[in-house]
Amino acid sequence: MNGKMLQVRQLKKYFNLGKDRYLKAVDDVTFHVYQGETFGLVGESGCGKSTIGRTIMGLYHKTAGEVIFNDKDVHQLKKEEKTSFHRQMQMIFQDPYASLNPRLTVREIIAEPMEVHQLYRYKQEQNDKVFELLEEVGLNRDHANRYPHEFSGGQRQRIGIARALALDPEFIIADEPISALDVSVQAQVVNLLKNLQKEKGLTFLFIAHDLSMVKHISDRIGVMYLGNLVELTASNALYDNPLHPYTKALLSAIPIPDPDMEEKRERIILEGELPSPIDPPSGCVFRTRCPVAMDICKIEKPTWQEIEQNHFVACHLYKKQEQHTPKVTIGMKK
Amino acid sequence: MGKDNILQVKDLHVTFSTYGGTVKAVRGVHLHLKKRETLAIVGESGCGKSVTSNAIMRLIPNPPGKITKGQILFKGTDLTKVSEKKMRSIRGVDISMIFQDPMTALNPTLTIGTQLTEGLRQHHKNISRQNAKEKALEMMEIVEIPNAMERFKQYPHQFSGGMRQRIVIAMALICEPELLIADEPTTALDVTIQAQILELFERIQEKTGISIILITHDLGVVAKIADRIAVMYAGKIVETGTKRDIFYHPQHPYTKGLLHSVPRLDLEGETLEPIEGTPPDLFSPPKGCPFTARCPYAMEVCNKVFPVHTKLTKSHEVNCWLQDERAKQTLAEVAK
Repeated sequence: MNGKMLQVRQLKKYFNLGKDRYLKAVDDVTFHVYQGETFGLVGESGCGKSTIGRTIMGLYHKTAGEVIFNDKDVHQLKKEEKTSFHRQMQMIFQDPYASLNPRLTVREIIAEPMEVHQLYRYKQEQNDKVFELLEEVGLNRDHANRYPHEFSGGQRQRIGIARALALDPEFIIADEPISALDVSVQAQVVNLLKNLQKEKGLTFLFIAHDLSMVKHISDRIGVMYLGNLVELTASNALYDNPLHPYTKALLSAIPIPDPDMEEKRERIILEGELPSPIDPPSGCVFRTRCPVAMDICKIEKPTWQEIEQNHFVACHLYKKQEQHTPKVTIGMKK
Repeated sequence: MGKDNILQVKDLHVTFSTYGGTVKAVRGVHLHLKKRETLAIVGESGCGKSVTSNAIMRLIPNPPGKITKGQILFKGTDLTKVSEKKMRSIRGVDISMIFQDPMTALNPTLTIGTQLTEGLRQHHKNISRQNAKEKALEMMEIVEIPNAMERFKQYPHQFSGGMRQRIVIAMALICEPELLIADEPTTALDVTIQAQILELFERIQEKTGISIILITHDLGVVAKIADRIAVMYAGKIVETGTKRDIFYHPQHPYTKGLLHSVPRLDLEGETLEPIEGTPPDLFSPPKGCPFTARCPYAMEVCNKVFPVHTKLTKSHEVNCWLQDERAKQTLAEVAK
């Protein structure tokens, strides 16, 4: 396994709502991303997965914890370091209709990051790079002088990807890159991302709510619930051997496009809905909907521990391994 | 076509006139639906599935939209011919509709109770306030909303997304319609909430025997609750069949493409085969099969003539030239 490219340690992001109230969007999250892998982050809306992505990018100031990228704390960078950090880490956004400036041509959109970083002295070199990028993402050079409204959703997302690749980054955060696209086009974009990863050795943080797609593209997956990571493991292990009750329920709630399978499956239907992250439940945040909640879940927040090799879970059901020293311990009260 | 069809759509055409020209959104749709049946209309955005359902409800704004041809027979009455006044007495009472976004389907300034009983008071003028309230509370029970009495007085913002969708379902069902059209009813919801709502649909259908038209792009949802499926592409239905016909014996290349482009949670290491390209422009749709430009098996004839309708079995129908005897023979020869 390659080295850890990104390490997120006990990251917290609280949004101040005034009057001493805080929205705990991300509450004590620890994970790392290996070089060259695709790490998937899944969870339902409002679970904090996008906030994590944005905090890693430095788009939000963290509340506590650290984000270490290539051995440097992202939130403590000096000005020059910040420039080089942003060359190494880029982002792809969800909505290809909102994330491209409608008044710029495709050439200007893709060239903008190069101009900001003053990569090329001559316009010709820059244009050549734009053409090269367009071809890499499956468009052609004739598209360079057109405007975003002339493209379909899938093509726009390709433009967004070309822009993210413009600085030859090592690490790409893709925040719901396909959820605004049609089914048949989703597969096109996912295959494109996979091929680009192979060619350029990119590392992805893939944030999405669609677990089937995340499982398809990711090497490892972290499952989030209400600002907390509840389980993290290799994507096949997550499906074959889910430990956390929330992961189990989530997996069983996803309909499989196969009628016979659907008839045979047993569903765990979760009662109720997501509690508010402004006033989350005490102890384990999932306990209000958990079918197997115990008394201790109310009192104590479960620790984040490595139950099996590379299989992390935060749940009181799996607490009994005293001899086992968890490598990462979080859950400190603030 | 038997008498037990509650709804039958024949050769429906809907167009919209715009400054840029006329969009032919629906171009000859045939559908039928039996009592107690759930028909799913599947297709990508812009394929005309919502326009078809809005046409059944006669909710196409005119101008710019217009039903230019075809019949919509609901229990024998042609809905394209009835007056607007008559239509108003059908909407909500005989046919109801649920929309995608429960956030915008409810009026934020009225209580849930007012909105729930509105349909009743509108259609049964002499119902008493008390009776209407009782009926509404009963509906809230059916859609499994706890503390109905208290919730009755609350406003939409006090409800979560899943609860709002339940309210919308209760509103749609309060006059006991025979047909429910659900346009992407779970797309805006999270998966765990989606699972709750899908179960609810199944229970309601069991209880009331209502027929459902479900419009969606999610093949997983379809596999769970549909009986029959109609696959739509560029304003036409390209394949219909039972759930098993479509999932296990898809015939149209577009249907096959759709099934291969979604990853399955239960499989490992599958490769996704996307359908290359994008759907055609409906300002000037192709004369022949609209899928030709993206079809890996396209032949010369496909571009020129729309494929003949082939009935494979009693339930399974497809529009594709590959079903033609000559194409089959050639394919068999090539395979050898």
